[in-house]
Amino acid sequence: MFDLTWMAWTWPTAAFFIFIFSSIALMGLWEWKSPGGAPRRGILGLDTTRGDRLFITILGSAFIFLGWLALMGTPLWGAVVISIGYGIAVFRWV
Amino acid sequence: MATKSTNQKAWFFVVPVIILVAFNALIPLMTVVNYSVQETFGNNIFFFEGVKWFEQVLHSERFHASLLRQLSFTGIILAIEIPLGIAIALAMPKKGFWVSVCLVLMALPLLIPWNVVGAMWNIFALPDIGLLGRIINGIGFDYNFTQNPTAAWFTTILMDVWHWTSLVVLLAYAGLSSIPDAYFQAAKIDGAGAWAVFRHIQLPKMKRVLTIAILLRFMDSFMIYTEPFVLTGGGPGNTTTFLSIDLVKIALGQFDLGPAAAMSLIYFLIVLLVCWVFYTLMMKDEAQ
Repeated sequence: MFDLTWMAWTWPTAAFFIFIFSSIALMGLWEWKSPGGAPRRGILGLDTTRGDRLFITILGSAFIFLGWLALMGTPLWGAVVISIGYGIAVFRWV
Repeated sequence: MATKSTNQKAWFFVVPVIILVAFNALIPLMTVVNYSVQETFGNNIFFFEGVKWFEQVLHSERFHASLLRQLSFTGIILAIEIPLGIAIALAMPKKGFWVSVCLVLMALPLLIPWNVVGAMWNIFALPDIGLLGRIINGIGFDYNFTQNPTAAWFTTILMDVWHWTSLVVLLAYAGLSSIPDAYFQAAKIDGAGAWAVFRHIQLPKMKRVLTIAILLRFMDSFMIYTEPFVLTGGGPGNTTTFLSIDLVKIALGQFDLGPAAAMSLIYFLIVLLVCWVFYTLMMKDEAQ
């Protein structure tokens, strides 16, 4: 196998990337099972596909986590809850 | 629901690009993410630290200061280069021999490597032997960019304006050239003045290229490293230490790879957010 020690993997970061890649894979699966990812007009007046909404969710969540860390510090459970709520809102309305 | 393509084989054509991007961007980015949660003293030995570095960077006055300097620099050069670029593009000849001369002259600064630009301006602006430095001091100003923060900022901004306004000019000129003559003839019949023509014909027609120009100039100036590094080295003191210079100081100067990785991820997220906003604005404009 490849030697990946130079990448300094840890379980939390591996889990993070597994989450990101499986989200993308799930989006593919979702689109395959029930097509409907064509752009639609949301509350922000933007035409977004499902993929766009995933991107907005992930990027927004990153800033929610940074904001939480800057203002409240650890633990980050509050940021997790806000991000999930934000993600649901983005997929529902944006 | 829009109609969707049924031939999925085209995806295979994207595979080479995905492999290329994986090797030059994705894998290094993953490594930076891994570094950002660990402490290392070299020798490939790492200690897990969680989100400590992120917290440290977010609360660091040094980071706030360099971010503020970076935003100020980007704001100032955008405020100068975009209007200046449009003005030069408007003043350029529309046809004839001088078009090529102007275009070549405009393209010249863009062809010069960044480190050469820094070195050129360093010598050009030196107060004792540089032409610019001697002239400014000759008029009576106390100008020394190696000691005076205002002079250092002035020189850095002037250098960037000299180097990159051409890009805005070329883009704006391309936008202007694509406007059909019929628009100007109609404006003439209506008795529109120069300002009205600019406001209602030229500016709206240049909107797309200007969005691209602002995005490119934002990105480049927000990630600027080589030119100020060669010109001022981030000094005097830390007055021209922009984000990328600070990042290199932390990562390579102090060998604090964990905090540097956390800082570069925050830096990356800011750039990504701005890119997304511009891309969305451009796409929204196109849809309309």
